[in-house]
Amino acid sequence: MDFRDSDTLVGPSGADRLPATAAKAVKVVIVGGFGVGKTTLVGSVSEIRPLTTEETMTQAGVGVDDLAGVERKTETTVAMDFGRISISDELVLYVFGTPGQERFWFLWNGLFEGALGAVVLVDTRRLEVSFEVIGRLEDRGVPFVVAINGFPDSPDHPVEELRSALDLPPEVPIVACDARRRESCRDVLMALMRYLYNLAAPRA
Amino acid sequence: MSGRPGLDGPADEDEPERLYVITRGRSGPGGETPFDLVTLIVSRAEPKATMQPEHAAILRMCASPLSVAEISAYLRLPTSVVTVLLADLLADGLIEARAAVPPADFPDRALLEAVIHGLQRL
Ligand SMILES: Nc1nc2c(ncn2[C@@H]2O[C@H](COP(=O)(O)OP(=O)(O)O)[C@@H](O)[C@H]2O)c(=O)[nH]1
Ligand SMILES: [Mg+2]
Repeated sequence: MDFRDSDTLVGPSGADRLPATAAKAVKVVIVGGFGVGKTTLVGSVSEIRPLTTEETMTQAGVGVDDLAGVERKTETTVAMDFGRISISDELVLYVFGTPGQERFWFLWNGLFEGALGAVVLVDTRRLEVSFEVIGRLEDRGVPFVVAINGFPDSPDHPVEELRSALDLPPEVPIVACDARRRESCRDVLMALMRYLYNLAAPRA
Repeated sequence: MSGRPGLDGPADEDEPERLYVITRGRSGPGGETPFDLVTLIVSRAEPKATMQPEHAAILRMCASPLSVAEISAYLRLPTSVVTVLLADLLADGLIEARAAVPPADFPDRALLEAVIHGLQRL
């Protein structure tokens, strides 16, 4: 590794540095199946070139035919793209795009803890991928909005049809999205924030 | 895979051993850790030649605030390893850790208003 034995500077370039006044950071998580546009969305809204962080996950093996009852452990390294948006001189928003293997990223300690909320990116050509994601977010009590990523050959479902197909309660916002366009991704994040705002108790 | 400025080449087969050496055999702080992925870290001291290289690298890059996730990305180390290193630095008073996110059920409206306002300018 360069940083061990040379003077090579490892870290953000000048333009990617936060001001010294940055005091607080919040995060949102983008979830969805492989190829749905998570990395694209992160890149569209991020002020820095998206970075990748990784974690090694240990999961107890599914030893169904393990009559001896020995728990096998499997180790998987999961990488996650993320980007950054400076909200003000003090406040920074991080956007994490989770990897494809849903089974593993829900094991990521601290990914959803403390997150403001999540965006479920949906490819209507593969709706079934979204069921597990949505179910897990609901189990964990993570508030989320659904963003429908349009691909050229996507069938054109009316929103209410999608809502019932995804079994979403009426209050969960469903918005259209083009992950390649910054304004579109910005609007998705705004939809999430407005939804969270309405969920939040007014200050006493 | 994108976004590992200044570093290239895939992680090699000695990876587990390398990580073991870096943390001197300590595993990540399980469960309870003062560090969230987006806790902002700021150096309070200059790196010294006598320091473990990873500690020095963190102090160098955190001359301006940097999240735990960014440190992990730049060092190409798993976040659980980075938090071990950060715990060392914090214990020695060499870094400051800024405002882990409040684990409230729902964030307060003032915070959300600020985020909405900031996004409008994007
Ligand atoms: N038409 C269209 N293509 C998209 C959109 N978002 C992503 N793509 C393309 O879909 C492919 C997969 O996107 P990627 O962001 O890597 O998906 P990920 O696996 O969820 O991270 C890429 O070739 C993107 O250019 C979108 O909103 N519209
Ligand atoms: Mg991706």
